[in-house]
Amino acid sequence: MNLKKLNIENKKIRDLIPQALTVLALLSVIIYFATNAQINMGNRGISFGFGFLNQEASFDITFSMIEYDGSHSYGRAFLVGLLNTILVSVIGIFFATIIGVIVGIARLSDNYLISKVAEWYVEIFRNIPLILQIFFWYFAALRALPLPENGISFNDISFLTIKGWYVPKFIWTNFNIFLLSVIAAFVAIYFLNSYATKQREQFGKQIPTTIISFVILILIPLITFLFLGVSLSFEYPVLKQLSPTVFTYAGGVSIIPELIALALALSMYTATFIAENVRAGILGVGKGQKEAAASIGLNKNQILKLVVMPQALRIIIPPTTNQYLNLTKNSSLAAAIAYPDIVLVFAGTALMQTGRAIEIISITMLTYLTLSISISIFMNWYNKKMAIKEK
Amino acid sequence: MNIIAKPSKENIKTYVPIGLFLVSLSFLDVFVNAFFNFNLLGFLPSRLNYFLPLILGFIGFYLIRIEFSGVRYLDILNKNINSNNFNALLTLFTIFIIIKSVPPMLDWFILEANFVGNSKDDCKGDGACWVFIKVWFNRFMYGLYPDAEQWRINTAFLILFAIVGASFFVSEKLKKYFVLFLVFVFPFLGIKLISGGSFGLEYVESAAWGGLSLTFIISAFAILFCFPIGVILALGRRSSLPAIKYISIGFIELWRGVPLITVLFMSAVMFPMFLPDGTFIDKLIRVLIAITLFEAAYMAEVVRGGLQALPKGQYEAAKSLGMGYWRMNALIILPQALKLVIPGIANTLLALVKDTPLIFVVGLMELAGMIGLAKTNPKWLGMAMEGYVFAGLVFWVICYAMSRYSQNLEKKLSTER
Repeated sequence: MNLKKLNIENKKIRDLIPQALTVLALLSVIIYFATNAQINMGNRGISFGFGFLNQEASFDITFSMIEYDGSHSYGRAFLVGLLNTILVSVIGIFFATIIGVIVGIARLSDNYLISKVAEWYVEIFRNIPLILQIFFWYFAALRALPLPENGISFNDISFLTIKGWYVPKFIWTNFNIFLLSVIAAFVAIYFLNSYATKQREQFGKQIPTTIISFVILILIPLITFLFLGVSLSFEYPVLKQLSPTVFTYAGGVSIIPELIALALALSMYTATFIAENVRAGILGVGKGQKEAAASIGLNKNQILKLVVMPQALRIIIPPTTNQYLNLTKNSSLAAAIAYPDIVLVFAGTALMQTGRAIEIISITMLTYLTLSISISIFMNWYNKKMAIKEK
Repeated sequence: MNIIAKPSKENIKTYVPIGLFLVSLSFLDVFVNAFFNFNLLGFLPSRLNYFLPLILGFIGFYLIRIEFSGVRYLDILNKNINSNNFNALLTLFTIFIIIKSVPPMLDWFILEANFVGNSKDDCKGDGACWVFIKVWFNRFMYGLYPDAEQWRINTAFLILFAIVGASFFVSEKLKKYFVLFLVFVFPFLGIKLISGGSFGLEYVESAAWGGLSLTFIISAFAILFCFPIGVILALGRRSSLPAIKYISIGFIELWRGVPLITVLFMSAVMFPMFLPDGTFIDKLIRVLIAITLFEAAYMAEVVRGGLQALPKGQYEAAKSLGMGYWRMNALIILPQALKLVIPGIANTLLALVKDTPLIFVVGLMELAGMIGLAKTNPKWLGMAMEGYVFAGLVFWVICYAMSRYSQNLEKKLSTER
């Protein structure tokens, strides 16, 4: 009796000691760092705090999606950087998905040449460091573009030059109404789909939802153009002479070469990983599934849409989301070519000016951390929802 | 009745020669056009002329598409590149693009490239200026390491390769000692040899290290350290002790949630603030710690995948033999779990090697950094393309070899279940 009790306590103590030691070690490291930080900051005459975010930043940013100049605050500069990070990530994700899906499917093609070309695309772009690819596009490929006066013109409405890509600017009137109409169209499509599902499940009726949704998506916004006073005009870039030898384009929107190089490299690099996911996903659907679907009389499109894709997506989506996350984190390499993302603007310039290393690095890391953790929470929820519920 | 009969076994004798002739004609046209700038079918109207190879090739491929022809090579050809009209078109496009892109590439890389000379003025023509790589080769390999001392880096790497090579030929028992030496003794010997400062070797500060050798040094050390830390973190994350479990989770998710570049920024500007005033830790060591901890978190997740994949019976069997926690993990669990995740481990190590160029953030320059330095040299402006193509090739060879090796290892170690 006594021996047994001792044994239990023994186990408890055995569990407690390593935990207590670990926590103690961690705490002492943190306290040691914190005291040092305090002393160091005291020596330099700065105190910990986030008040500097309201101070005037007094530096310029080459590319901004919101109104910004030197008179705005550090907080606003942070926002500019964050938006630029999000912009390049969204562009990268968009193209990486398209290239990745095409290459992934091409690798499974029964055409030997196509599958080999796709395989080599993956092998080449996956095995070269992303930073080198960014450097290649920015310092080598895009520098070979012509000067503004000889820019490569696309039908005289858009110009590709060494200083960037000049595209027409959209000028909307009553943009809000248009936006609302698009939202309305999506809501209508949602209801249409649930109605169609009901009809199919109850009466076995097939409604051509794809075509109808397409028509709705075109028709509703079109109505706003015709009757509700929405209009769209374009401002085209025009060549302008600044001095006898220097030219530039006035009007339109300029997409800076940093953004182009970064988006190109990010999407081509990440596409290789997405391609592998797509390939693995499609291969992961058993042959028996396709044969079973064919034997109950589904046609080729229905097999793909109703049997193969839902199962393949279950395999494809989790690792692909991970790749999206990686792409977003990799967009921080922007700092290497001076694209004003959050790292360059905030952890670079703002840190240099204020000297507040701890606050600024913490904010930057926390921003990325929040992004990552929220996406992984979403992923866990999604995985649970999509997991095959076996009986 | 059809005027033209569908290609079949009956008319194979007439269709296949005609088809092959048309296909070869279309390839010949594109080929001659690309290589000799001469338009074979130039007498035709220009618009037709442009699409003619495609049309000819398409008709040709249609004519030779005979199922079960009985001719072995024809069947293989049809099955692989010519199974239907769409595939035939894709094949034609691919081949045309390959033929068209060969001459400019060949010109740039070899035919119009410059190999001899010592300065930029020796480079003429539109091709690559490989003189740039030749002149700077030493810097690309050793960074700013003094020329007279470079034999030390060479010796360190030669010993490394010699031991690794020899370990393939010696008996199992000796091999064990070789590995132990490589892991526990050699890294410190090697770093002493390269940094110097004792045994009559001149001290070379780490700021002067660079080039490809620095890539190797950083990769090797980070791999060496991140692996055990990763395994311990993975075990910690699966531990039944809550404090250890949550500390491990927190540590892993913290590193995995941020980009490496911010970690390096942290090691460069924030970490010194946490040390007592006046303490100085070498830049290279700070970077190594940052990369090691960062990759260890990824390694931990990979190892955890292997641990989770093992059936519970393995743990229970080990425990029933009376094994304690460490003995169970070291002898039963980890050997099996690690074998399961070889591809994942290889991918993490590959990512590590590909991440090394990021150390430019703290001012250290490995291969890509040295190229950045060389291309801004006033005497060598405009050499970015050559530099980055060279660096890309070097990294590609390293990474491709690593991924191939891991695939072989996976095959070799896979035990049938």
